[in-house]
Amino acid sequence: MDLIANLSLGFGVAFTPINLLYAFIGCFLGTVIGVLPGIGPVATIAMLLPATYALPPVSALIMLAGIYYGAQYGGSTTAILVNLPGETSSVVTCIDGYQMARQGRAGPALAAAGLGSFFAGCVGTLVLAAFAVPLTEVAFKFGPAEYFSLMVLGLIGAVVLASGSLLKAIGMILLGLLLGLVGTDVNSGVARFSFDIPELTDGIGFIVIAMGVFGYGEIISNLGKHESEREVFTTKVKGLMPTKQDFKRMVPAVLRGTALGSVLGILPGGGAVMAAFGAYTIEKKTKLQPGEVPFGKGNIRGVAAPESANNAASQTSFIPLLTLGIPPNAVMALMVGAMTIHNIQPGPQVMTSNPELFWGLIASMWIGNAMLIILNLPLIGMWIKLLTVPYRWLFPAIVLFCAIGVYSTNNNTFDVWMVGIFGFVGYLFIKLGVEPAPLLLGFILGPMMEENLRRALLLSRGDWSVMVTRPLSASLLAAAAALLVVVLLPSIKKKREEAFVED
Amino acid sequence: MLIKSQKDFYSGLLFMVIGIAFAWGATTYTIGTGARMGPGYFPLMLGILMALLGAVIIFNAMIFKTEDGDKIGAWAWKPLFFVIAANLVFGVMLGGLPSIKLPAMGMIAAIYVLTFVAALAGEEFKLKEVTILATLLAIASYLGFIVLLQLQFQAWPTFITG
Repeated sequence: MDLIANLSLGFGVAFTPINLLYAFIGCFLGTVIGVLPGIGPVATIAMLLPATYALPPVSALIMLAGIYYGAQYGGSTTAILVNLPGETSSVVTCIDGYQMARQGRAGPALAAAGLGSFFAGCVGTLVLAAFAVPLTEVAFKFGPAEYFSLMVLGLIGAVVLASGSLLKAIGMILLGLLLGLVGTDVNSGVARFSFDIPELTDGIGFIVIAMGVFGYGEIISNLGKHESEREVFTTKVKGLMPTKQDFKRMVPAVLRGTALGSVLGILPGGGAVMAAFGAYTIEKKTKLQPGEVPFGKGNIRGVAAPESANNAASQTSFIPLLTLGIPPNAVMALMVGAMTIHNIQPGPQVMTSNPELFWGLIASMWIGNAMLIILNLPLIGMWIKLLTVPYRWLFPAIVLFCAIGVYSTNNNTFDVWMVGIFGFVGYLFIKLGVEPAPLLLGFILGPMMEENLRRALLLSRGDWSVMVTRPLSASLLAAAAALLVVVLLPSIKKKREEAFVED
Repeated sequence: MLIKSQKDFYSGLLFMVIGIAFAWGATTYTIGTGARMGPGYFPLMLGILMALLGAVIIFNAMIFKTEDGDKIGAWAWKPLFFVIAANLVFGVMLGGLPSIKLPAMGMIAAIYVLTFVAALAGEEFKLKEVTILATLLAIASYLGFIVLLQLQFQAWPTFITG
């Protein structure tokens, strides 16, 4: 079996003591920072990315994957404990998780999230390993027109699930695409939109944007709120493990969530969010057993299902990244950045040119998930303590880590000025109610989209119909159009708004 | 006509202005044709698209009623100013500013200044607390970033290390 041979190669790479150590450090740091309110996985990875520069590529990616899982789990922790989703995919976790915490059942909620995520992570890893090879073969059939259409699909997929206004989300994508074009044009060598500033001819660093918009923007907006709005529940946590009854209810929810998440994660664009919302909706549709707490009042299924769904999806969302080189969400966009920094061009060739890296990374995802559970179950008490650290001590530290992180990318103070500007921009976005995540995705895809569009039209001698005459490309575009239509249909639009508003 | 959603109105305006700016900027480069795109082609396309989208958002913001007018609300000027200022001061201290002949002061000093300025953004400022926090952060960063990760930072002021 190829699958087993490949996985054993991967585990051979990942199970060296040094890589295990990096996976552990990554998970630990990711969780510690992810637990801090208001910092989601995107900001966490952006912040810790420089810490991996000095490592060899495999170790760096293993550590980053650890950071990613840690941050995601940390994000659910804050969602449950302080009703503060660190990212969109844990928004649903808030609904029932926070209610459980208010009833003093934060322990079982956290354990349900952890155990569900672990199971989903294991399944997701297997799916990833099984589908990576056939999908890579498909990837080699992709021409520039297909890549362009796939990116369109990915971007549309990312916005239809963004909360809030669809039009504004599309606007953010366009803005991201445009910002991505700043710098030297690879074909003509012309420095675009650089205002004769030498640093800008290299383009805007994506860490600069990520830190400014996600890090500073959120800090400023958090500080603008009153102390009372950052309420923390710490006193009433008692009982860590779910009861037998809890387990009985959790298990089917976890299974459903995992299945849904694994499928949705493969699709480009916001898989994890879609999976979490979908899983929660499914649970809500199923009948309540006698004696079960209703949804929205602290039902454990309302925590277990979306958490396993988003973890399964975040696992399988590595598939488009590793096989096609296309990041399906903002976190994966950061991973592309990280890979490029280590001189790896993400795409189908990674598997053949760097098999150790490819399978090592996949194996390390499983290890990362296992570490998380080892790390977090005994430490739930400690995470709760960390939340009692007053925000007035936390935020200067966060500002500092952002500043250091940005400076260390290029050892260049120009980046520090830029992050200040984007901090202001990030706050502006929050005030205007536009979601910044699509911007980051567009930013990463901008140059790639232009490049592929150019090639596609060059090959077709300027004939735009090439996008719809090639079957693969046409079906991708059709899928994107279908997604848009579905979201814009009035009945679904109403449902979607309900899903975001309710409770 | 009244603005029905303030947030949408201004975000639409923002998109429109930026879209026009990019499209206008793109016309200064070679546009080319579809088959042979110049550097201006793609940004021009995106800029126009974005400006149109902004116009639609503005239009919607003036037509569709929202419950509370979607007000932008008060700006948190104080945190905005001090957080950004802390960041800028950090850059100046770390790298120095040749134009006013300020030498590079290194990371440790920069951390202290950043912590103090950033702390001013909060609701209360306790000198003792902030000093302790800055010291802790300086030690942790020195150990973490310079000793452990061996990043190329200048830790001490130029006039000490020479």
